[in-house]
Amino acid sequence: YQRRVRGAGVGMGLCMSLSVLGASWGIWTVGTSILGAGVKAPRIRAKHIVSVVFCEAVAIYGIIMAILMRQRWERIDDLHPNRSDYLAGYVLFAGGLGAGLCNIFSGVCVGVAGSSAALGDAQNPKLFVRLIVVEIFGSALGLFGIIVGIVAITGVEFGTKVTHHNMMMT
Amino acid sequence: MLSMNVEFGFLEGLVRGYKSEILKTTDYANLLQCDSLEDVKLHLSSTGYGDFLANEQPPLRTTTIREHMTQKLVDELHFMRVQAVEPLKQFFEYIRYSYMIDNIVLIISGTLHERSVQDLLQQCHPLGMFDSVAMAGLTIAKSISEVYRFVLVDTPLAPYFQDCLSEEDLDELNVEIIRSTLYRAYLEDFNRFCEKIGGSTWDIMQPILEFEADRRAINITINSFGQVLLLFAHCARELTRTNSTELSKDDRARLYPRLGKLYPEGHAALARADSQQQVRTIVDVHMQVSAQWHVCALFC
Repeated sequence: YQRRVRGAGVGMGLCMSLSVLGASWGIWTVGTSILGAGVKAPRIRAKHIVSVVFCEAVAIYGIIMAILMRQRWERIDDLHPNRSDYLAGYVLFAGGLGAGLCNIFSGVCVGVAGSSAALGDAQNPKLFVRLIVVEIFGSALGLFGIIVGIVAITGVEFGTKVTHHNMMMT
Repeated sequence: MLSMNVEFGFLEGLVRGYKSEILKTTDYANLLQCDSLEDVKLHLSSTGYGDFLANEQPPLRTTTIREHMTQKLVDELHFMRVQAVEPLKQFFEYIRYSYMIDNIVLIISGTLHERSVQDLLQQCHPLGMFDSVAMAGLTIAKSISEVYRFVLVDTPLAPYFQDCLSEEDLDELNVEIIRSTLYRAYLEDFNRFCEKIGGSTWDIMQPILEFEADRRAINITINSFGQVLLLFAHCARELTRTNSTELSKDDRARLYPRLGKLYPEGHAALARADSQQQVRTIVDVHMQVSAQWHVCALFC
């Protein structure tokens, strides 16, 4: 039992932690630039919180995915181990790792773009809307990651009931 | 790239803000319309300078305005210096060293001419001030070697003195030669520092330092020809008109910084030059076309 669930647990942990890593990386990159540029151009202080929100969304993707993964092994049947449990373990690991890595890069991307947006907006207010579009595209990368992850995860389950079909395969 | 904002993100945003506050053509056009200093103060208050003259008494003087503007620059630079981490902190110190060198030369020449220490300290550029401990030693120093022993040894400029001058030299040499020697050591040190940092710092600073070194070399050469010329100064406060420094050719060659487009062949040729025309030919040969444009401004 433990061997089957271990990969799933690591996957869930990786998903959450890598997403948070990406989000925090992005927030630090944006934050210093907003503070620096906001000294001489105070009007940008309120507007550029949206960049921080985009970075934070990446972390939220991670936590959604992690909770969905946790629900996959609530109904494990200890007495009847199954071959398909190994598949479930691997899939959960892979889904978590993939979504986590996607979220790192998405968070970093939104952070760097947001930092340039803050610096550019301080000089020329017309740049703001264009640069937010760039950030939206960056944020979409994380979304792709968790979509793929969720699709993969919802296909597997621990503790599948032993049916005639399964028995033929084992 | 990924750790781009860790050390310098805030300062980068700040510097861009400062840059956007530099007076533009429209500001200068407005200032040209002014009739009196009060109008100037009014126009400046709508730029990034703000109410920096608010506490001044009505009869405004140009020196007051200039002092306050310089003080604003010094305050901004101080703020950035305080926020900086290595190696940016060291870079800011190098920028200050050139002002320190000017101040030191001012103090030395003032001590020679028996001027009071308070006057000298008033005239020093604020960017190049040493801390108060060093300044206190100035009041008791009577000759240049004493100034060196009590004050200058503790400053960051001491290595530049040690490289080239001994205490006896300080008393005998012309003040301008001291300045040139110090500046040479400073430029070479700055060059080594920027080269060690590498990257875009080196890409940007290398042409600047090379140009500075070439400018120095040409100026030293021309000033040693026995003509009365304005020796260029860094801060506009101090304009020194010197007679010929009466340098022999070997002495002259010792004052050229060991960098720049004219190093080493150009320096060897310049050390042997005898007239402005010769200098011009040497410069034409050794420096590239774009640089010549800057150099021609020197000859005018």
